[in-house]
Amino acid sequence: MNMLITLFLTFFKIGIFSYGGGYVMLPMIYQELNRFGLTMQEFSDVVAISQMTPGPIAVNAATYIGFKTAGFAGAAFATFGVSLPSFILIMIISSLFVKFKSSNIINSAFKGIRPATVGMIASAVVFFANTSVIDMSLIDQGLGKIFNMGSIMIFALTIAGSKLTKLDPISLTLIGGILGVIFL
Amino acid sequence: MDRKKIIKLFSVFFKIGAFTFGGGYAILPVIQKEVVDKNNWLTEEEILDIFAISQSIPGVISINSAIYIGKKVAGIPGAVSAGLGMILPSFIVILAIAPLIINLRDNEIVGRFFTGIRASASALILLAAIKMSKTAIREKWGIAVAAASFVLVVFLDVHAIWVIIGGAASGIIYSLFEKRRRSCK
Repeated sequence: MNMLITLFLTFFKIGIFSYGGGYVMLPMIYQELNRFGLTMQEFSDVVAISQMTPGPIAVNAATYIGFKTAGFAGAAFATFGVSLPSFILIMIISSLFVKFKSSNIINSAFKGIRPATVGMIASAVVFFANTSVIDMSLIDQGLGKIFNMGSIMIFALTIAGSKLTKLDPISLTLIGGILGVIFL
Repeated sequence: MDRKKIIKLFSVFFKIGAFTFGGGYAILPVIQKEVVDKNNWLTEEEILDIFAISQSIPGVISINSAIYIGKKVAGIPGAVSAGLGMILPSFIVILAIAPLIINLRDNEIVGRFFTGIRASASALILLAAIKMSKTAIREKWGIAVAAASFVLVVFLDVHAIWVIIGGAASGIIYSLFEKRRRSCK
C-alpha cells in the first residue's frame, strides 16, 4: 500500500513539473529511479521502446515503472498520478481562460521555463548516452575506454538518417536495434 | 444525446492514442483532423487555442488537449472519457510488453538490440533538444538559463523540479529588469 502511494505521489509531482513535452520529464524520472530499484539502463530501455509504441512517453514510463514495482495496481496508480495534474489544471483553466492568457507574471515565468527545459532535455541526452554511447563507469581504465564505437556509429547514423532521409523515429529506432544485433 | 457524445469522445481519443506514435507534437495534427474536420465538435480557432494552452501548462500535452476538448464538448464526463481514451492504449501496450522486457533483457541478442535502440534514442532526444532550442531560446539570457539548468542537473545533481522553479523565477526577475530598463530610457 505504501508503495502505491509513493508511486502515485512521485508521478503526480512529475506531472505537475513537466512542461514542454515528454523528454523534459526524463531527468526527473532518472533522479527518482533509486526509489523504485530500477537501473538507468533498464529505464532507458523503456524510453527507447516508447519511441516505437504509441502514446505519450510519460504514460509509458509511469506504466512500466509502476508495473515493475507493484504489479498492475502500481501501473494504475503511477499512470493516474502522472495524468491527474492535467485534469485538475484544465478544470481550473477552462473556467478562467481569459485571465490566464493575459497574465503577465505567468508569461514572464514561461520566458525562463522554456530555456530551462532545453537544458533539461540536453541532460536527458547525457543520461541516455551514458547507457549506450559512453560508459562513464569505465573512466578508471582511461578516457579512451568510455566510448563504445559501435553505439557511436548507430548514434551518428540515426542523426544522418533523420536529417537526410524521410524515415520516421519508429523506423530509425528499429534500424538502430537491428544494427545493434548485427554489430555490437 | 450527451451520452452518445461521451462514448464517441472515448472511442475517437482511444483510436488517436492507439495509432499515433512519437508523442505530443505528432499527435496534435491528428487530433485536429478528428475533432474539427470529422466530428465538427470545435472550430479551427477553438482547437488552436486549446493546443496553445495545452502546451503552455504542465502535464502531458496530448492528455491536456484530450481533457480540454472533452470538457468543451461534453463537460466533466466528456473530459474524463476523452482523457481515459487517450491514456488507455499506451497503458495496455506497455502492460502487455513489460513482462517481455523484464524477462528478455538478460538475453544476449535482445541485449544488443536494446543497446542499439538506446543509441538511436539518444540521437533522437539530442535532435529534439536542438529543435526545441530554436523556438525556446530567443536571446543570450536564454542560453545562460539553458546552460545553467544543464549543469545543475547533470553535474550538481540538483533535482529537476528545482531547476524548473528556478527557471520560472529567473523569467520573472528578468522581465522586471527589462521593464525597469525600458522605463528608464
